[in-house]
Formats: sequence, structure tokens, C-alpha cells
Amino acid sequence: MFDLTGRNALVTGASGGIGGAVAEALHAAGASVALSGTREAPLRDLAERLGSRAHVVPANLSDAEAVAALPKAAAEAMGSVDILVNNAGITRDNLFMRMSDEEWAQVLEVNLTSVFRLSRAVLRGMMKARWGRIVTITSVVGTTGNPGQGNYAAAKAGLVGMSKSLASEVASRGITVNCVAPGFIATAMTDKLNDEQKARILTQIPAGAMGSPADIAAAVSYLASREAGYVTGATLHVNGGMAMV
Amino acid sequence: MSDIADRVKKIVVEHLGVDEDKVVESASFIDDLGADSLDTVELVMAFEEEFGIEIPDDAAETIQTVGDAVTFIKGAV
Repeated sequence: MFDLTGRNALVTGASGGIGGAVAEALHAAGASVALSGTREAPLRDLAERLGSRAHVVPANLSDAEAVAALPKAAAEAMGSVDILVNNAGITRDNLFMRMSDEEWAQVLEVNLTSVFRLSRAVLRGMMKARWGRIVTITSVVGTTGNPGQGNYAAAKAGLVGMSKSLASEVASRGITVNCVAPGFIATAMTDKLNDEQKARILTQIPAGAMGSPADIAAAVSYLASREAGYVTGATLHVNGGMAMV
Repeated sequence: MSDIADRVKKIVVEHLGVDEDKVVESASFIDDLGADSLDTVELVMAFEEEFGIEIPDDAAETIQTVGDAVTFIKGAV
């Protein structure tokens, strides 16, 4: 679809459904990929399937030291980080009145603070190269809100404001910073829903179907491409029309 | 001008695209040489690489002029 030959991409959360699809798509477009995640085995499987140009760089993003080490490990493996895809995220859902400080803090730490730290770390190389792409996976709930996800929605909305601020700082250096906001995507997480829950969700989606990880990967590939160089500070909603914002 | 001053001057000229004769010790990067705040961050990065030193953020904030940079680097190398 787009040619990313010679580009080096770090993808966090690459052991998950969406992250894996993103890594595959960037790799198929010619990029080298560094696959990060907490579980090493699925990362190794993915790297094996991709063959050459795939590196495994495990990291636990709730650990500040691991976050600091990750961009260095990725740059050592690939030579540079030209594309950063912030995909990793966790949920600790609870009704607002029952949500603990810890549930709040954990989600903010992994979903928002680690993205700040990783983005800050890769900027130096991108500034020097006068080229860079930061693509952060947010969520439709960052825009619409969702009961039980006060922490998650806050982090996802926070990523949008953070990305826009950074985008305006570094636009003159050939670096773009954008978000992709998935709606309901069929992954291991949504497999757990029963048929009734799925049917109810589908009534809210004009497209009449859940999205696939590949739909998200296509959006990321575009924003990572040379062709998207004039797009920055944007959020690309990929949700089958579920929220038209 | 010492060797360090010459190398600093060269980096500033290259990075900001200004005339060499404007890059005097008292010249402020922002007020006299047209740098924006991101340019000053990049200059600090360039100094770090050229001289193999680390310039912490609080020190970087005190480097406002060409002379400030030369003085700091002389003390750090």
C-alpha cells in the first residue's frame, strides 16, 4: 500500500491483536520492526513469522526504567527509530465510584505516561534526521466516554491533547504526530463478549460489523508513510461510523 | 578565539544559517540570531555531540548566548 523501505519502526503492544497487525503491515510495506510487549513468547512467534527485519524488544511499560531502556534497545537493534507506534494499553475497568487510586494510576502510567516518555526519547533521532512519525493508538471512548472506563477514557483523551501539542512543536522538523482511534475491533478482548452483548454493540455501528485489526493497521500505515507528511495533530477515527467526530 | 569557540561558532552558523560575523560572544541565540526555542534545544544536542559531553536541562536553560555556550563547554570538556 505504502512504501516504508528503509524505515525502522518500534511497535509497542505487538503481542496483542492490533499491535501484531500493525507490525505485520509496516513490515509488509518494507519497514524493519522492533516488536515490544510484556509477553516474550508471542513476540518471538511473530518475529519468526515475519522473518528478516524483525526484532524482539520486550518491555513492561509500567516500569519507568524499562520504558527508558526500550527506545535504546530498539535503536540498537535497527539502527534508529523513525516510526514509533504507541499501541500498548491496559484496562482496569470499574465504576467511577468504586475505582481505586491504584486502578486509576496504573492505567494512566501505562497508557499515557509511558507514551510521553517513549515519544520524548525517540524525538532526538527524529529531529536530527528531519523525519519521523509518531502514531498513537487511542480509542473512540477517549472522545465519547464509556461507563466503567473513566481511567481509560481519561488516558486516551489525554493522548490526543499531548499529541497535538507535540505535533505543533516538531512539525517544522519533518516529524508528524497523529492518533488512530479504533472503535469496536474484533480481538481476543472482544471475543469474550457473549452473542447478546455483541448484537447490542452492532446496533450502534452503522457499518453493521466489528472492525478488524487490519483496519487499524491500514490507518497506521498511511500515517507512517511519506505520503501523509502533511497530516499532523490529527486523529483518524476507524470505527465503522460508530462515532462521527 | 579558542578552538572550542571556533567549533561552537561553526555549529551555530550551520544550524541557524546566520552570517559568521553575527556570531559574537555576546549574541543571544533567540534575540540576536533568530533562533526559536526548539532551535536552542537542537543547538544543545549538537554541542553535546560535537564535544562528547552531556548538558543537563537546568544547565541548558542558562545557555542563552554564544559566550554562555563556550564558557559552559570549556568547563565541561
